[in-house]
Amino acid sequence: MIRSPTHIGARFGTLLAALLMAGTTHAAPAPASPPSGDFAVTNATIAIGDGSAPITGGALVVRGGKIVAAGKNVVVPAGIPVIDGTGKWVTPGLVTAMTDLGLLDVGGVDESNDSYAATARFSAALDVSMAIDPDAPPVAISRASGITRAGIAPIAGNAIFAGQGAVIDLAQNGPGTIHPRAFQLVELGERGAELAGGSRVAAQALLRNGLREARELAERRTDKVAGTGTSAQPADALLTRFDAAALIPVVTGRQPLFVHVERAADIHGVLALGREFPALRLVIVGAGEGWRVASELAAAKVPVLASALADLPGTFETLAATQSNVGRMTAAGVRVAIGGFYDNDQPRYATQFAGNLVGLSRVPGAAGLSWGQALAAITSIPAEILGEGGSIGSLRPGYAADVVLWDSDPLEISATPVAIYIDGKAQSLVTHQSRLRQRYRHPNEGALPKAYE
Amino acid sequence: MPVIKTIGRAATHTLAVIALLASSTSGMAETRPARAAAPVWQENPYPSTYKPYPGEPTAIVGATVLDGTGSEIANGTVLLQGGKILAVGDARLAVPEGFRRVDGTGKFVTPGVIDIHSHLGVYASPQVAAHSDGNEATAPTTPQVWAEHSVWPQDPGFSRALTNGGVTAMQILPGSANLIGGRSVVLKNVYARTVQAMKFPGAPYGMKMACGENPKRVYGGKGQMPSTRMGNMAVDRQTWIKAAEYRKKRAEGKLTDRDLAMDTMADVLDGKILVQNHCYRADEMAQVIDMAKEFGYKVTAFHHAVEAYKIGDLLKENGICAAIWADWWGFKMEAFDAIPENAALLADAGACVIIHSDDANGIQRLNQEAAKARAAGKRMGVDISDGQVIRWITLNPARALGIDQQTGSLTQGKMGDVVLWNGNPLSVYSRPEKVWIDGALLFDTADPARRPVSDFELGLPGEGDVK
Repeated sequence: MIRSPTHIGARFGTLLAALLMAGTTHAAPAPASPPSGDFAVTNATIAIGDGSAPITGGALVVRGGKIVAAGKNVVVPAGIPVIDGTGKWVTPGLVTAMTDLGLLDVGGVDESNDSYAATARFSAALDVSMAIDPDAPPVAISRASGITRAGIAPIAGNAIFAGQGAVIDLAQNGPGTIHPRAFQLVELGERGAELAGGSRVAAQALLRNGLREARELAERRTDKVAGTGTSAQPADALLTRFDAAALIPVVTGRQPLFVHVERAADIHGVLALGREFPALRLVIVGAGEGWRVASELAAAKVPVLASALADLPGTFETLAATQSNVGRMTAAGVRVAIGGFYDNDQPRYATQFAGNLVGLSRVPGAAGLSWGQALAAITSIPAEILGEGGSIGSLRPGYAADVVLWDSDPLEISATPVAIYIDGKAQSLVTHQSRLRQRYRHPNEGALPKAYE
Repeated sequence: MPVIKTIGRAATHTLAVIALLASSTSGMAETRPARAAAPVWQENPYPSTYKPYPGEPTAIVGATVLDGTGSEIANGTVLLQGGKILAVGDARLAVPEGFRRVDGTGKFVTPGVIDIHSHLGVYASPQVAAHSDGNEATAPTTPQVWAEHSVWPQDPGFSRALTNGGVTAMQILPGSANLIGGRSVVLKNVYARTVQAMKFPGAPYGMKMACGENPKRVYGGKGQMPSTRMGNMAVDRQTWIKAAEYRKKRAEGKLTDRDLAMDTMADVLDGKILVQNHCYRADEMAQVIDMAKEFGYKVTAFHHAVEAYKIGDLLKENGICAAIWADWWGFKMEAFDAIPENAALLADAGACVIIHSDDANGIQRLNQEAAKARAAGKRMGVDISDGQVIRWITLNPARALGIDQQTGSLTQGKMGDVVLWNGNPLSVYSRPEKVWIDGALLFDTADPARRPVSDFELGLPGEGDVK
């Protein structure tokens, strides 16, 4: 992204101030605020998020920001606030494994967009955790749609290494937790070829060189500590020292490497890379043709983040794209989450995509998911992929109390959240859109202009 | 904005409209054609050669029928014969001898879905630079170009729109880089060797216009007019002045030179070509409405009208449809005030609502988008029936395309464009099970031989797969 100094100046600041002012002086009428902290939901349909089928007539108990129990025959302790969940559904908060949330206010407005750095001097070292803005309007929109945690990843702008992603919660007063440098992202398909100088061959060379430089830097650091060398990059190094250092956790397997590839041959290539560098903790992102190599993916235990409904040969690397991709990979034993969500493919569409995969299971010849599997693909599996599978994305006891109460079947297109909790705390459902809806429920002006409503 | 290759679904909505990639020059060195005869001024030089495929007399029985006009018939019967709707009724409608019976128990029947805003064929898959044929972004007004001269009839996207979306007709538009982008074309969603053989017989042409950010960004970026919204309006108005003069001369038989651009615009002024105007913001739509009055033309529909809900009264008063997404939001500045209640608020104001796609993926789920828009309204207290919601993707777009006498509803004598859904089409869990176009069964989930495969996909991985 290109920012001229004038763009950062007064105009934008004034606009922002005006928006904030509007928010404070004309705050939305507060909805009946749901309880926070310790609470229970009873008589609801409970969906755990671990792939199991939803449980009707179940209950949920939350204490101290954690799930205590969820499911059938749950004993609700005396004295804690109880929400009647009759007709309602309860799920874990939705998890988006890869998105640009918090890195932009409006995608098409360059001045507001930090997802992409086309002329930056660094690549692998870029660390999105420094730039995440929890007040960016898309964060509130996503939260109100039931997204409670997300992996935030930069878009590769100047090199095959996009940089390091972070895991955040979407709590309204700013993330209570940010897990920075949670993964590295690298482009090895068409986009990688373009960034590497024009071919996949070049991208592969750059990748291997990057891993080698990181390994050598780690060794030099050891030597330096021992007083026998220097940690400076050698004269022929392609990466800056900062970038090489950022890849050390990747080569040593401390940080997962997310690899974006689509075609079957490129997926094979990534699996071969995993054999060449056994310490790498690989996640494949994209995998538009993943179904063609599903058994190899399953055998290699490499999880996948794939679009649910991509079915067009949009590029020559997705010739075999089909909506049955996720279903076929899942059936073969691959752990598949739905994502990533970038640009206009916003995280709030996760439930619609998941619901479509359930619908697909009723189409002759197609492969879809069961309802429970579909929910897992937007809760527990993306949590696992982000390395947080033991703490978020499920209603199992001890997990963070990220909970969404829905007015009906959450994968159905007409459903909407009626209450959202992150770490047990009730979240606001107010957004720019909800305020506009209130103002324009009756579009004509009243006694004063709309600006006074 | 940065041109980003997103991971996952291609962001066609932003990339397609502004794609300015240099196209390949290979294949341009053809031998020069022999001297043609003197040009003839023809009214319809690229006529439709579409011919319906044969169908058998068919009776769909026992389904819930949402007929496109807003009505709903429980346990209904739909009869198709000779490529047309023969009759629609409830269980009392007798099935004539010799009709193939299709059991619709537990299923739903609607008219074929119609997308009023598509770029299939002009931004075909694969979306390589060589397929970037939707924006003649070399001048801010190009009314002389015709989308049908760009449409690649082998776009694999047509098949997905049919099999997953139940789409039987669509308008293919030039992009929105230009203030006046050129003529649109209405197609039947039936693969053919030529575009002419896909053209919807008798459909009027549309003319694509665009407000707002795109034209001013594209031309402002080149250091030329328009670079502002006031520049957009000025260029439009100047062009209409020229068109009015041309039209007058043409009517008086005083033209010495033919001008393709002015022909199209004069036809708009004559009411023969419908204006399809990309316009996001309420205030800009109001400006365009006054401009149309200033020069004596009519806007048929505002497309991408994300702020239409603010001026439902104005749209109703002027008889202009709003063609909208259900809930696209925030991807560009002029989409910042989009709300999912847009359609419902418009319906509440008595304005005409159309749900459109503008997207090779979205065209596969117009039913779901309509359902989403309805649900948002319901939460706000605006309840709209299933039948009326289906009208947003059938009869209303047909009307705004000028083809509502031929299709868009299950009305006796209309084309046999029909979708049998395996459940309520307003549910995320439902999919088309069978699709008829002009009475011919052209998609059937139970029969792989009734699943179209474009030339492009032959012999490539995934040929003939469920998509």
